[in-house]
Amino acid sequence: MTRRVAIAGVGISKFGELWEQSIRDITLEAGMLCIFDSGIRGGDIDAICIGNMSAGRFTGQEHLGALAADMGGLGNVPSYSVEAACASGGAAVRQAYMAIRSGEHDAMMVLGMEKMSDVTQTEAMNTMSVASDWEWEGLGGATFPALYAFMARRHMYEYGTTEEQLSLVTVKNHANAAHNPYAQFQRPVPLEVVMKSGFIADPLRVLHSSPISDGAAGLVMCSEEKARELTDTPVFIEASTQASDTLALHDRKSITRMDSVVISSREALKKAGLKIDDIGVIELHDSFTISEIMQMEDIGIAKKGEGGKAVEEGITQIGGNSPVNTSGGLKARGHPIGATGVAQIVELVYQLRGEAEGRQVEGVEKGMAVNIGGTGATSIVHILGR
Amino acid sequence: MVGIVGYGVYVPRYRIKTGDIANVWGADPNIGKALGVFEKSVPGPDEDVATISVEAARNAVKYGRIDPTKIGAVYVGSESHPYAVKPTGTIVAEAIGCTADITCADYEFACKAGTAAIQTCMGLVQSEMVELGLAIGSDTAQGRPGDALEYSAAAGGVAIIVGDKKPVATIEDTVSYTTDTPDFWRREGEDFPSHGARFTGEPAYFRHVGEGAKSLFRKTKTTVDDYDYFVFHMPNGKFPISMGRQLGVPPEKLEDGLVVRSIGNTYSASAMMGLARILDIAEPGSKIFMVSYGSGAGSDAFVIKVEKEIEKHRGQVPTVDDYIERKTYVDYSVYAKYRRKIVALG
Amino acid sequence: MAEKGVAQVWRKIRAIYNIQGNICKTCDTHFFPPRLVCPNCRRKGQLEDYKFKGLGNIHTFTIVRQAPEDFKRQMPYVVAQVELDEGARITAQIVNVDPEDVEIGMRVRACFRKITEYGGGGLIVYGYKFEPVLKVTGHPYP
Repeated sequence: MTRRVAIAGVGISKFGELWEQSIRDITLEAGMLCIFDSGIRGGDIDAICIGNMSAGRFTGQEHLGALAADMGGLGNVPSYSVEAACASGGAAVRQAYMAIRSGEHDAMMVLGMEKMSDVTQTEAMNTMSVASDWEWEGLGGATFPALYAFMARRHMYEYGTTEEQLSLVTVKNHANAAHNPYAQFQRPVPLEVVMKSGFIADPLRVLHSSPISDGAAGLVMCSEEKARELTDTPVFIEASTQASDTLALHDRKSITRMDSVVISSREALKKAGLKIDDIGVIELHDSFTISEIMQMEDIGIAKKGEGGKAVEEGITQIGGNSPVNTSGGLKARGHPIGATGVAQIVELVYQLRGEAEGRQVEGVEKGMAVNIGGTGATSIVHILGR
Repeated sequence: MVGIVGYGVYVPRYRIKTGDIANVWGADPNIGKALGVFEKSVPGPDEDVATISVEAARNAVKYGRIDPTKIGAVYVGSESHPYAVKPTGTIVAEAIGCTADITCADYEFACKAGTAAIQTCMGLVQSEMVELGLAIGSDTAQGRPGDALEYSAAAGGVAIIVGDKKPVATIEDTVSYTTDTPDFWRREGEDFPSHGARFTGEPAYFRHVGEGAKSLFRKTKTTVDDYDYFVFHMPNGKFPISMGRQLGVPPEKLEDGLVVRSIGNTYSASAMMGLARILDIAEPGSKIFMVSYGSGAGSDAFVIKVEKEIEKHRGQVPTVDDYIERKTYVDYSVYAKYRRKIVALG
Repeated sequence: MAEKGVAQVWRKIRAIYNIQGNICKTCDTHFFPPRLVCPNCRRKGQLEDYKFKGLGNIHTFTIVRQAPEDFKRQMPYVVAQVELDEGARITAQIVNVDPEDVEIGMRVRACFRKITEYGGGGLIVYGYKFEPVLKVTGHPYP
């Protein structure tokens, strides 16, 4: 008999260009915060799992599991990192979920982090490109934004999605982030400003794109039994699923949907015994605004090709039928790659505990997070419930 | 008889008007008329002698319907090889589908390295050492900003496949004329060439092209009247016409090969480009007299006769005129960016 | 150990110079880049080398205006997914064209270009890009 897995505490650093903080500082910060939030004794944590994409290239440091154990004074607990590009955070959550569910570990700390601002723009762009097929896409000049522009162009061509719809995603996510004290951009942005921002890869503009960020997020995950000892408000992981797709975007039959998201979200709902309409709050992976629109379609809150229209209709706003990215999403909360998947879970926990001040969705029972890697070669979905 | 069994050319898409260059340096904007060069080709930022050579060679293979595995020799003549050490020829051979059983080398003899490659291939074919030889003249010529050369230094390539079965044009004879005459050079490690200014004229170009031509007339016992077309190396639009005047060539016999006016001096490809332009249009039976020139200095002179076979090959690949007409103008700042003249960009 | 890029590039020269991929004789699917295992047939697959003709249509594209240093001289440049006539899609730059003239469905052909260089003294990488198909007149007699 497998057991339920709970989240007993969460912590998150401020996201942004953290000039004064190193990767060690933000790792420790997120770790301490989630431990304090859960009330667990450090000695009761029996493993650490890290989600990180490329600390080796961004900072010159790998072996982050040992680093975290050392910095946190957690001594000799087993520790390791997992990598799945931008889905590294989600992958770390899922690894801990499986370890606890199996009974191998009882309480784990999960940390996601990335320190991206210590390198040049060229190095940052090239490091992000290795999440796609570096040899056959990136090397020839298809930057990471270019690959998402491929999808956007095609989505506009096939379904008539408009630049304004792409821009409305930004407007919504910035409006939400204005109420998130951890977000990189805590300010609204008017539609005209988004639509006039410079192109980075047509049709995508600067303000359709998530920023380069530093940040870390952490969870204390444990068995239900342990969670009940620690807190009156445990949040449970009701499903954790993952799917893959081709590494290179050009090998997909269609580039206007992400099969990995379709499969993993459908599977997650099935495992949790839920329908998509049962989900009250959703964190999607809006590395570019087109990906939020595509994922809305892929998880089923909008019909295929109608994601843009659904944004216009406001279904993803707080107060709408399916609020998406109440945190501000990758666009406005920020996107420190390895931290993102964990930060999504942190936001869902705040929402489910009713602590998302200023951006709280009323009466929310279930939340879903979709964390993708590369251009959708990995998709990791978690469904959380109270 | 040995001859050309396939040929192909390539000229980059970008052009700059010589008047625009003159405006930057405060020279007479009508310089185009004085030089006989009105615009010149500019390679794109991702083009070099290897890419230009490959494009020309692929056209030559297609034109001649050649099986590239039959090519036994590849020579690329240029003074702007992308590597100082490491052959351009191996890149070309691999990119057109040659086998590893070939001989290959890069040539350099200022603007006549391409015609030297033709002569080498003729020797190899006639001695039956190879069945087919590929000779390329290709350059992305550099002129120091503000220097007289900047108005003409252009980019382009011509590939000629030499063989002795069903040539589209036979090469009836060739001679060379070579002395040690330092009219133009580029030292190792220097970005731009230096030249002897007016010294490049009389003792250099005119002496070598003139003597080469006369030598070939003597050897073949022919005169100007025996030829329909003449091509002399084209460092600008004036020199070949003066040369023709000295040798008694009527201007109309030079006219069809004067591609320098619209694309500039493509250096190792220059005379060969004129030849290709004529092969594009000449009727079978036409006779062509071509003399290339390379600073330093030497000339290679050729007598070429167009064969009936040529009619079966036209229309396969873009002609010189197709490339000349495919153009987009850039201004001096874009030209400077593409040609790596902005030092801070590296 | 090898100088940056040297062995990595050298081992795929065939593929990048001539768009050489492979075809699975079991399911008749063309692959580029060449695959080690047919993803459709797996152990039942029979892969053979195949040289693509280098002709296709633009499936999607973008104009890149923010790129790593190595591409600075080319900006803005067009990069696209080209659907090759044989069926495989390939990611490549589109050259010899004004960016504003590019559109989905445009007919293109492969050409040979410099892809990148490893610094001023390093290796130069050559390979395929695509360009609009060129007009070929073939001169009639004058």
